[in-house]
Amino acid sequence: MARIDVEHIRHSYLPNPSKDSDFALREVDHTFEDGGAYALLGPSGCGKTTLLNIISGLLKPSHGKLLFDGKDVTGLSTQERNIAQVFQFPVIYDTMTVYDNLAFPLRNRGVPADVVERRVRETLDMIDLADWARRKARGLTADQKQKISLGRGLVRSDVNAILFDEPLTVIDPHMKWVLRSQLKQLHRRFGYTMVYVTHDQTEALTFADQVVVMFDGGIVQIGTPAELFERPKHTFVGYFIGSPGMNFMPVAVDGRRAKLGDQIIELPGTPTSTERAMELGIRPEYVRVGREGMPVSVSKVEDVGRHKVVRARLEGRDVAAIVGEDEEIPAEPKLSFDPAGINIYAGSWRVEMGA
Amino acid sequence: MDKTWNNRAWFLVLPVLVLVAFSAVIPLMTVVNYSVQDTFGNNQFFWNGVDWYQELLASSRFWESMFRNLIFSAIILAIEVPLGIFIALNMPRRGWGVPTCLVLMALPLLVPWNVVGTIWQVFGRGDIGLLGYYVNALGVDYNYVQDPFDAWVTVIVMDVWHWTSLVVLLCYAGLVSIPDAFYQAAKIDGASRWAVFRYIQLPKMQRVLLIAVLLRFMDSFMIYTEPFVVTGGGPGNSTTFMSIDLVKMALGEFNLGQAAAMSLVYFLIILLLSWAFYTVMTNYDAER
Repeated sequence: MARIDVEHIRHSYLPNPSKDSDFALREVDHTFEDGGAYALLGPSGCGKTTLLNIISGLLKPSHGKLLFDGKDVTGLSTQERNIAQVFQFPVIYDTMTVYDNLAFPLRNRGVPADVVERRVRETLDMIDLADWARRKARGLTADQKQKISLGRGLVRSDVNAILFDEPLTVIDPHMKWVLRSQLKQLHRRFGYTMVYVTHDQTEALTFADQVVVMFDGGIVQIGTPAELFERPKHTFVGYFIGSPGMNFMPVAVDGRRAKLGDQIIELPGTPTSTERAMELGIRPEYVRVGREGMPVSVSKVEDVGRHKVVRARLEGRDVAAIVGEDEEIPAEPKLSFDPAGINIYAGSWRVEMGA
Repeated sequence: MDKTWNNRAWFLVLPVLVLVAFSAVIPLMTVVNYSVQDTFGNNQFFWNGVDWYQELLASSRFWESMFRNLIFSAIILAIEVPLGIFIALNMPRRGWGVPTCLVLMALPLLVPWNVVGTIWQVFGRGDIGLLGYYVNALGVDYNYVQDPFDAWVTVIVMDVWHWTSLVVLLCYAGLVSIPDAFYQAAKIDGASRWAVFRYIQLPKMQRVLLIAVLLRFMDSFMIYTEPFVVTGGGPGNSTTFMSIDLVKMALGEFNLGQAAAMSLVYFLIILLLSWAFYTVMTNYDAER
């Protein structure tokens, strides 16, 4: 296992990139600590797979350096980096048995037969395919095939890191949950450095200690799941994480007050910057619907099971609120914002609030 | 459950039956008819039983041409399949090289068979042919008209030139359908170039290779036009393959009965060997 330093890495798929928009990865500078479980979260095309392939050596970055435990590996091939990677779609060698599939990465590296036997047996137990060892890999289901792909990543004990590129996309929901908890367990037991790429927030938040949110070729925020939820640094993080995402509304800030149309909202503190376009962000979980507060018109109530999502219009802006399953919506509903959930953004970036 | 029985539905199959009858069944039955009868002209036929078959199978002429044909097909497959795979593996996957290579590969396939024969017939001539002239100028005694070995070399090289492209194109189609993730995974797993070929590329090409082998086997086993144009089956009988022999027998000697018997045996051999190839290649690792 190793600490991975990504130093000012930029990457473009074009031969002569000139503009910022030519870069699939604008600039990433980040350290993945030894033994950490990281998720790279972001929409399709934000550069997360590019970053992953740069770490594993499948891509050579246009600029910047990559260090494993302080050693420069930028010029090294995938083999020399000793990395395991699991891809979005199952990759299996279909003429081989399940056993041989798992043994393949070890045999290629000249591991002695008795060690191969032991490691493969352990891995087969981990991924729960011990009974299938002698079967041809070809006839297995998509779940099982992806488990083999995972297994080939886990079978080598000495890898520097295990990278996952949306590995559970083709797995059905129940199995997804099982495999994810297994990965989490493995991480706790063996302390692998794991980087997990996904565009599914639930997956990212349950798997990782640290979630790296990427947007448009760059990292917008790195934090624990709770930090991303409570204090999104950028409006993108606000609406990408959470269901429904954070409500944003343009406001005029004056000291500890924010003015939204005719409404005045008391802020928990004084924003430290008020120069650029100001927005107030609040999660639907912190929006209260009742008889007190700002008058709104409710356009829709969606019952999603555990709670209800109220879609309303406040001063011409759409606002979502989450209310309990049994709560009544009054005839003349009013909204109030829980101050603990209020965040202020200037030019899309969060600003701190002083006393 | 009650089924509706309506025999008028058979009329819907009728057009196909008529088509198949005229294109395959009736001609085939005519051949069967010839093979069990004898005629002395005047459109009079006499029942002859299996005499033609017995005579055919007892003749060394039949076995010799079949043996020549089997050797020819074996050599063709042994050269064209590995060569085709090798070329396909080395063809570019992107950029301007792709269309260039594809067009170059497709060119020999577009040339009519008798033209291919004529090209090589001239090409190999010692007096005016580019190939024949220069090979002789290098001091090699090459003359496909008189030397059986030279005739074989010419016919084989001609077939390789003409048909390797087919194997290349089929294999290339199989190769480009392999997703990048397989190559990436192989890198991660530390696979050697040979392991990538053996465990990723070859298995993915298996289906198209089966088609390529079947087509090349059947075509080479039925080859007629090209060697007929180049060597006419000679020198002597050295390049007289089964189809050439068959035409000689039927049209040259007007030996309809024996030729019909030979056609049917010929047909059965191709059917049997194609089935054998198919079974071997599809069962190859379905077991276990």
